[in-house]
Amino acid sequence: MKIKLKVWRQKNAQDKGGFKTYDLDDVSEDMSFLEMFDVLNEDLVKKNEDPVHFDHDCREGICGMCSLYINGRPHGPKQTTTCQLHMRSFKDGDTITVEPWRAKAFPVVKDLVVNRTSFDKIIQSGGYVSVNTGGVPDANEIPIPKKIADEAFDSATCIGCGACVAACKNASAMLFVSAKVSQLAMLPQGQVERKTRAENMVATMDEEGFGACTNTGACSAECPKGISLENIARLNREFLSAKASSDNV
Amino acid sequence: MALTGLFLITFLIVHLSGNLQLLADDGGKSFNIYAKFMTTNPFIKTTSYLLYTTFIVHIIWAIMLSVKNRSSRPVGYAVNPGNVSSSWSSRNMGILGTVILIFLVIHMKNFWYEMHWGGIPTATYEGEVYNDLYSVVDFAFGNILYVLLYTVSMLALMFHLYHGFKSAFQTLGLNHPKYTPMIKTVGYAIAIIIPALFACIPIIMYLK
Repeated sequence: MKIKLKVWRQKNAQDKGGFKTYDLDDVSEDMSFLEMFDVLNEDLVKKNEDPVHFDHDCREGICGMCSLYINGRPHGPKQTTTCQLHMRSFKDGDTITVEPWRAKAFPVVKDLVVNRTSFDKIIQSGGYVSVNTGGVPDANEIPIPKKIADEAFDSATCIGCGACVAACKNASAMLFVSAKVSQLAMLPQGQVERKTRAENMVATMDEEGFGACTNTGACSAECPKGISLENIARLNREFLSAKASSDNV
Repeated sequence: MALTGLFLITFLIVHLSGNLQLLADDGGKSFNIYAKFMTTNPFIKTTSYLLYTTFIVHIIWAIMLSVKNRSSRPVGYAVNPGNVSSSWSSRNMGILGTVILIFLVIHMKNFWYEMHWGGIPTATYEGEVYNDLYSVVDFAFGNILYVLLYTVSMLALMFHLYHGFKSAFQTLGLNHPKYTPMIKTVGYAIAIIIPALFACIPIIMYLK
């Protein structure tokens, strides 16, 4: 199939950047979106041009490294990661516009690569639990109802790719933060830091320059892991009760 | 935004139930008596100051929120998804709110200012003198431009409430499989019924 690619090219963080168009004449329907970029890049390298830089790692839809804002949607038209998006999701002759994630907290490094360190900083500020050192605890030592375990697991499936931020008109990280707060707040192991976690992670989120949530729901609709909006409501509860009762003045 | 918004919705309900008396076929008697009650009753007066404050907080908070959220994405996208992942009203609360604010200023000047400080005709029922606010309203709604302004503003209010009501509960942390569907239904009903009834008043009075 023939594809016209409109790709954002930007030399470095300081460069203004702009779109560049590439014509690909022989794209297989079975290629993943990233493989299509590999083919383009091989061609560019042969021509002694700078290949298009993009993030990727596992290519199995589990690491959250690949990004790309494709035709106005993070990870493209399917609810999946870009590495699991296949060219059969497009039509022969399509023009595909590819942009980097856009957010103040995700500055462009080069081309389609953005710096998502701000997510790591949010995790460092509270996305952990205290554990006793020593021998490995018994697997079923702490009883947890199946329903709670399932819900916590659903929240824990967040891979931190940043599609929620990219999709949100406010570049808000609420879905990410709420998933990370939820997965620990629901489990007994997460109770030790429960209040400070909600407070600190929200504070870091604001410091990093993410926007505020206006409940448009675009984050959840575009999340490749289907993290639900219930997490955001839970974060709001956690945050309100932490603000009301924590020791921080 | 959530708490102030929900309080403002309760105001809308009270305001609407009072205003529907405009449609009573008694030459404005019941409406004028109601208007006097609303401007003189001490409880209502105290509540009205709370209401003004709520409006101001809601507006200032909205401006701060919009500024913060706009600055969170300095470089925008070339392609926007439209309504694929979010509703139009949820993305345009600021614009809808601005339309409502402009309407509010005109509306306050027309009736609220006139009632309090303007030269207003009077009417006498059973020996007691009342400000004849009804005649002011009746005069304004004889003007097709006002009727159009009111109808368009109520349309903006409709979309504002459509997102606002359910969104307020989400912000307050209430998202539950048992209650959320109920909240959404009530929200849609409120979003349609309140502005529609408000818009009825100028339209019916114009046609009379």
